[in-house]
Amino acid sequence: MIVRAARRAIFIGLVAGIAGWHLSLVGLIPAFAQRRLVGDTLTFSYALLIALLALAAFATGRRYPGAAQRIPWGVLSALVSSLMLFLLALLVTHLNLRQILLNATPELARVLTFGGGASGAGLVRLLLIGLLAGLFAGGLSALPRPWGRVIVSAALMTLLLGLLRDVLGPLLPRVVTSFLYGTAGLSLAGAVVTFLLATVLFTLRWSLRANAVTARATAAVPATVRQPVIQALLLLILASVPLWAGLFLSNVADFVGFYILMGLGLNLVLGFAGLLDLGYVAFFAVGAYTMAVLTSPEVGQRFTLDFWVALPIAVVTTVLAGLLVGLPVLRMRGDYLAIATLGFGEIVRLLVLSDWLKPYLGGAQGVTRIARPSIASWRIDSPQEFYLLVLISCLFAWFLSVRLRDSRLGRSWFAIREDEHVAQAMGINRVTAKLSAFAIGASFGGLSGALFASLVGSVVPASFSLLVSINVVALLVLGGMGSLPGVVVGALALVGLPELLREFQEYRLLVYGIVLIAMMLFRPAGLLPERIHRRELEEAVEEAREIAPAEIATGRG
Amino acid sequence: MVLLETSHLTKRFGGLVALRDVDLVVQERAIHSVIGPNGAGKTTLFNCITGFLVPDAGDIRFSGTSITGLRPDLVARLGIARTYQNIRLFRHLSVLDNVLIGLHPHINYSLLDAILRTPRYRRAERAAEREARELLAFVGLAGKEFFTAANLPYGDQRRLEIARALALRPKLLLLDEPTAGMNPHETEEMIRLIRRLRDERGITILLIEHDMKVVMNISDVVTVLDFGEKIAEGTPEEVRRDPRVIEAYLGRGAASGLGPSTLPLPGEA
Repeated sequence: MIVRAARRAIFIGLVAGIAGWHLSLVGLIPAFAQRRLVGDTLTFSYALLIALLALAAFATGRRYPGAAQRIPWGVLSALVSSLMLFLLALLVTHLNLRQILLNATPELARVLTFGGGASGAGLVRLLLIGLLAGLFAGGLSALPRPWGRVIVSAALMTLLLGLLRDVLGPLLPRVVTSFLYGTAGLSLAGAVVTFLLATVLFTLRWSLRANAVTARATAAVPATVRQPVIQALLLLILASVPLWAGLFLSNVADFVGFYILMGLGLNLVLGFAGLLDLGYVAFFAVGAYTMAVLTSPEVGQRFTLDFWVALPIAVVTTVLAGLLVGLPVLRMRGDYLAIATLGFGEIVRLLVLSDWLKPYLGGAQGVTRIARPSIASWRIDSPQEFYLLVLISCLFAWFLSVRLRDSRLGRSWFAIREDEHVAQAMGINRVTAKLSAFAIGASFGGLSGALFASLVGSVVPASFSLLVSINVVALLVLGGMGSLPGVVVGALALVGLPELLREFQEYRLLVYGIVLIAMMLFRPAGLLPERIHRRELEEAVEEAREIAPAEIATGRG
Repeated sequence: MVLLETSHLTKRFGGLVALRDVDLVVQERAIHSVIGPNGAGKTTLFNCITGFLVPDAGDIRFSGTSITGLRPDLVARLGIARTYQNIRLFRHLSVLDNVLIGLHPHINYSLLDAILRTPRYRRAERAAEREARELLAFVGLAGKEFFTAANLPYGDQRRLEIARALALRPKLLLLDEPTAGMNPHETEEMIRLIRRLRDERGITILLIEHDMKVVMNISDVVTVLDFGEKIAEGTPEEVRRDPRVIEAYLGRGAASGLGPSTLPLPGEA
């Protein structure tokens, strides 16, 4: 038994160690060494390394029932990982690997050993931190139900606040900022206060959720009143963004908005109707290029239209493009559909890039001088002003999504998603259902593209790569297929965060990969799953609660 | 009156003849069973009737009009509903939504009505929900409207599949082995439900069934298929004594008098 448990602990420690090697050698760890999160000592790299050690300990400990086993085996794993990290530090210090591995620098050794260097001092430091991380993880998982989760959430929240110093700092009142933040990252006092506040908040949230059923029944304000109030407040906050957010943040918000629009559009196709469209960028491109061609004086017939005239034309054009894509792939399902639509996306990109269409679409140089909208004498020019337009578009798309979801058409999409054959046997016309999903879904993408072209002022083929399609699919997966709030959360996490954290840019795809794999393993339904899925889970919990006392009773009897 | 009639219905899959010259007449308000050994072509027959397979030859007439080769959704709209051998629910949707989808052809409002939530939309949705709940109550699933379909116990899933089929307001209901995998108690309840479908709702039932006890118990007429051909038809009693049927089920020796002279029922043999 003990041999097997030890083997397991060492194995997981080695795996985590190898993950650490990988992250170090691709440059993620050294790149984040400059980013201070708390005080002058805790950098983002250190936080990542500690998280890695703690994860190893957690993964090892989780299979054991009690703290008596969880903690020692977890600590063993974390120590093995620490040793692995130290080994790498030794290697990069004493062997010159830089010819092959650019990031294998002495600097890396220093980061890996938490400043100790590849010496006895470094080893002691690493092992000590491994021990602490192991104890921490083991201790947390041994705590009664909500507490482990609450503490981890609060810690993550604190780190996130530290990470977002440059973004949040200027937005908060000066007193708060100067207390909360130091020269880089959170100040020590700020970190403690943030952590405590976050702990209180998460505890509160948990206890509210635990009592949700009774709370809903006995709430002083009925849901019919409370919901509109919450919605109005949310709207007010959203609408006020341009007032407090600067140029940079508004720009980021605009881009998140473009992705929310695309996400809502693809959600109709993929989330509702279950049609995996990997070429969604095609619609974004069609919208953008229609706007460009119609309003820029550079290409085509050299006529220019007003933004407000071009916008509906762009949307209608995209709807037609949606039908065009939909028609030939009507009979395809799953993988085949994905490949075919992938091809469409690439076709559109290659078309706009081609010399053949250069007189009309500008070729590789693209099109510039695209019109900005204006209302009477007000020219909507800055990202802040544009944000309102994006917000209204997103709200409109959301509204349409809700109304369609609750309609006969929405149900026919769900039916097609669940079982196309049976859907037909229930009298649903497969052609109309699928084409309408493609057409309406495309229109949101087209709207997004048209707005994008106008805000940026120019379009180039490079903006419409496969990566955009992948991003949109990924944000749906992250947020939860078919879930509208999920789209927003997904867009914020996958588009907003990387924009705010510039260091991430280079490692974006690596982080995507890790996040998506983790999601599939731990939350396959997404961060904010569609309602019915969640209901399912709640039922499972209910059942478990009902069964548990019965079992105890029989056990005693 | 004849509700469904197939004449010379033939379906081939490559060299295999799944149905050969099948003539089937289903009287209105009958409970008509189709039996036969595995691979006899029973499910193929269902797929041809519902439009999922286009027959190679022959004609299918429903209430006097030909429906041969008609698209499945149009066949469904004419009033032919079906269930499946291996239950095929919309698993991730709620019980209520499953039935509402069955009501799809009977809900009338435009896309604009839905987007603006006009009175017409509200009226249609309310009426649909009322009808769906009524159907769920009919099959005995009242109070489970908001369960996820996949979470229902097996017997309830079979009932839900029937409720969903009923939502089409069918004249003819095709049931593909409705009691498969059920215990005797559940089977008993299913038999009662099938009878009620005919007696209370006037629905004609065409039934594929392997459980002889069920077949003999509720059928007005039994048609026997073997290797795609109709080998016998008649009342349950007639079919049970037919030597060709016994041969198909039990082999040649049984038919030549060495074995039982009727098809044994479970528990009898």
